[in-house]
Order: sequence, then C-alpha cells, then structure tokens
Amino acid sequence: MRIYPFTLVIALLLAAPAQGQTPSLEEVWAIVQQQQREIDALKQQLATTEAELAEADRQIEATGDYVESLAVPATAESGTHIGGYGEVHYNNLDAEDPANDLDQVDFHRFVLFFGHDFTDRVRFFSELELEHSLAGDGAPGEVELEQAYVEFLLTDTLSAKAGLFLLPIGLLNETHEPPTFYGVERNSVESVIVPSTWWEAGATLSGHNDAGLSWDLALHSGLAMPTDGGSAFRVRSGRQKVAEALASDPAMTARLAYTGIPGLSLAASLQYQSDPSQVGGDGLDSGQLIEAHAAYRVGGFSLTGLYARWDFDGTAVEAAGADTQTGWYVEPSYRIATDGRWGFYGRYEDIDGARTQDQYSQWELGFNYWPVDDVVLKFDWRSREHSLSAESGRDFDGFDLGVGYQF
Amino acid sequence: MRQFIAALLFVAAAHAAGDAHAEAGEYLSRDAFLEATLETADPASDVVWLDEVLQERATEILGHAPGMLRARYWYSSGRTAWVFDEIGKERPITMGVVIEDGTIRDFRVLTFRESRGWEIRYAFFTRQFDGLGLDGDGELDATIDNISGATLSVRAARRVANLALVLDDVARRTNTKIASTR
Repeated sequence: MRIYPFTLVIALLLAAPAQGQTPSLEEVWAIVQQQQREIDALKQQLATTEAELAEADRQIEATGDYVESLAVPATAESGTHIGGYGEVHYNNLDAEDPANDLDQVDFHRFVLFFGHDFTDRVRFFSELELEHSLAGDGAPGEVELEQAYVEFLLTDTLSAKAGLFLLPIGLLNETHEPPTFYGVERNSVESVIVPSTWWEAGATLSGHNDAGLSWDLALHSGLAMPTDGGSAFRVRSGRQKVAEALASDPAMTARLAYTGIPGLSLAASLQYQSDPSQVGGDGLDSGQLIEAHAAYRVGGFSLTGLYARWDFDGTAVEAAGADTQTGWYVEPSYRIATDGRWGFYGRYEDIDGARTQDQYSQWELGFNYWPVDDVVLKFDWRSREHSLSAESGRDFDGFDLGVGYQF
Repeated sequence: MRQFIAALLFVAAAHAAGDAHAEAGEYLSRDAFLEATLETADPASDVVWLDEVLQERATEILGHAPGMLRARYWYSSGRTAWVFDEIGKERPITMGVVIEDGTIRDFRVLTFRESRGWEIRYAFFTRQFDGLGLDGDGELDATIDNISGATLSVRAARRVANLALVLDDVARRTNTKIASTR
C-alpha cells in the first residue's frame, strides 16, 4: 500500500489543531485511507469525464460530417448537371441607306446545358438553345439542339466523343458563353467564314500531354451549301444542323493546340469537306478550311488574332469567284488589374465571304463590365464599310448594348 | 456512311479496351499527396472550425457557402496541408495546397473531373502558385494567368489557394504545435 507523504503531512496539520492533541497512529492511518479512497474516486471520475469528452468529440465530428454531407451540392453527387447561359442585345445602327437601319432589342440566345455522368468514365453532355426568344411558324427564332454527345474517357489523357458535338475550330465555336468574350455580337469572322455556332454529328478522338499540347481528330457530317440563289456558296447556309442531314459525303476536322504557357493559346485547325454541297457534279466538288489563332495575355493586357480561309474546288464555285473565302481579325484588350471588373477592347475585322454583303471591314470599340464573374454588361460602337460600292447602302455606324450570364 | 461506321467502331473498340467503371482523373491520392509534401507518412492533423466570421470570409472567397463546418488540415515540418473539392464548371476538382511561412509551397491537383480545363492539373500551370501569399485585403498577392478555354477551372484553383492561405493563418494562431514541428 502506498502512503502519500504530502497527504500525511496535511492530514496531521489539519487534525492536530482540531483535536488539540496529537492523533494516534491508528487515527492517522484512518485519515490516510480516507484520503486514498477520495483520490481513487476522483481518478475514476476523471476517467469517466475523459471518456465522456471523447464521446462528445465523436458525436460532434459525426454531427459535423452529417451537416456537411447535407451541404454538398446535389448536382455534384447525383451525377446530373445543369447549366446555361443567355444574352439579350440592343442594336442601334445607322446605315448609309436608312432602309437598312437597325433599332431593335432581342433575347438572342437562351441556352440550357444538361449533362449526366453514367460512370466516372462515361458521360453525356447536351446544349439546347432557343434563339431570338420565339420559335415557330413565322417567328424569328429557332429551337436548336447544339450539342448532345456521349464522352468516353479512355485514359487520363485520351478521350472520345460520339454524337452531336461542336467542331474544334476557332476561339468561339466551343467556348461562347457571353462573359468569356468582348463585344455584344460575336465577331464576324467566326460567323461568315467559320460558321459558328457549328455542330455536326460523328465521332471525335482527343488527346493531350503534360507539356500543354493537345489534338483532336473528328469524322463528322458535312456541309450542304447551296450552289445557286442569293446564298450560293455561302458557308453559313450550308450548315445542316444534323436535322435529317444528308450524309453521303462526310467531312474531317483536325486541330492541334498549345496552351503550355499560362496566358498563351495557339491553335490551328484543318477541315476537309469531301463534297460541301452533298451533290455530285454540281460544280462544287470539295473544300478545305484552314483556321489559326493566337491569344496572349500578360497582366491586364491581351492580344488576340484569328485567320480563317476556305478553298473550294469546282467549276461553278470558281466561276462565281467564291472559291476562296477569307477572314481575319485582331483584338487588343485591357482588363483593369485592380479589380478585374472592367475590360476595354478594340477589334478590326476583314471579311471576304461569298455574298457581296459579306465582303467588308469593321472597326469596333467597347467595354465589358462584370459585376460578378458570371454576369457581364457590354457596350460597343461599330463601323462597317463594304468592299463593293454596290453594297455601300449597308455600311453603318452604331452602337450595341448587351447583358449576358452563365451558370 | 462507311466512315461513320468506322468512327463509331473505333470509339467502341477504344472504350472496350479501358475500364468504364474505374475512377477517372485521380492522379494523386490524398495520402500520397500528404506524404510527398509533408515528408512523413503519418502527419498530425487538426481542424479549423468555421465560425460565423470564417463562414462569411470563406463565402466571400469561394463565391458560395463553403459547405463545411470545419476544415481539416495536416501538419509537419512547420507546414500545413489542405485538401479541398471545388467545382470549376460542373464537377468537383480535388486540390491540395501546402503552406509554409504564410506562402504556398506546393499546389497540386489530386483529381480532375471536368470536361474542359485539363491544363490546370499540370506543373506548367500549378507552379504559378508557388510563393504566393495574401495581400493586405486577404487576397492572393499576385495574379494567376488564365488558360484559354479553362477559365472556370482556373478560377476554382485560385479560390482554393486563397481559402487555404486564410485558414492556415487561423490554424497557426490557434495551434502552436504547428510551429514546433519545424
């Protein structure tokens, strides 16, 4: 049995004055035993308290886990994702010929994304768009399925798509949410020459490496360009939009891109159309598109440039002078570094499309204001001058206002 | 027509060669990340409870409620390590941040699940975070250059780095053991 000296001394000091005489050895022994019992009881109580504390900790952790699990966004857990973007535009353009003036407001695009992850490596993505707010007989708009494909992640650096997808060409075709670009309206090169938004049906194989080099190879449905009428050989009019599309003559697109230096983006795409009209012997036999772009950002400054060129083979397209169609633009911009909410830009474009009204140059100046990252307010001033005097009535100056969002 | 059939057969064959149910995009497990960056297989860990003030600050940084009551961290050699999930566009990206002396010593992407923005998982992007700390406003003290087409993933990485630096500051003020592991 252990006797604690300190306890013994205290006991003696306390006991002596109280009783007025020195306690006997038996009395001291009884006091020591009493103290020991109290110490044991306190030890037991401490152990119990520690166990209760550990249990309380465990319960707090469990409560925390549960509460946090309720806070996880449902879309991340369920495997089904939604998103979208939209933009409303106001155009006020004064044309050389007043008949071509434009003073209108338009909810240009309302888009919803739906995706679903079947497994970690097999997933679906879609984009459904309502253009110009109202669709139907006599209405100005359209309901369009712009993307609907299944993606297979084959390895960590290789993937494949099958279905209806956006072609890997240009800066805007795959990434065109309004907060990601300057200008109320999209640039003209990626409308007249690269007919964005441009989607086709087929299959794509994509890969990348750790140096920032990536590539895409797509085999897909082709254009069906008209060879007569007012839109003869107009590329944009050749999009079939995968709506009971003629598929006798497919096309192939390849892209090589480099994004290995943050702030820098370089890419080139090549497309071959085996018959851009889908009709044999009509004087439009084949076509090749070359597109290249570069974008570099350092600090708040950015400089972007894009060039695109079509070369068509065939007697009819050559006779019409539409066998070569080109366009390019250059766009310097500056995003104020202090808060990043304001960005200013200028753009010069030069377009040489098939229709005479698609042959012009255009200056554009404006700004974007992002009140939050995914919402943008836009203003720009534009001045367009056509190459042919016969089209000078379409020359205009004017301004545009826009609101856009994405989520 | 033959070309389309060939393309679809190719995709099917390529997919059949892989494992459709394997977890995609995990390049580094959490344990491997901790061992590689804290130089110990069994680092000590603790949590920072997000009180009302920290909830508000985290919401400000992330642009949404943090969805957690406490943030777990691991520490060794005077460093803290944090692992967070943050959604870029649609899917959570798992990112790890190691902090020493108030600056980022290491930034890694452990798992990437998004369709676009794959660039952010590689060193040519993540090394931009090395040495970054907080400025007087509690935000990253240098800009992170964007990757064209990967804006949302880049933004998610920036948010996670900012949050980890803020929480590291809180952890060091409440846990004196972190400094003693140096």
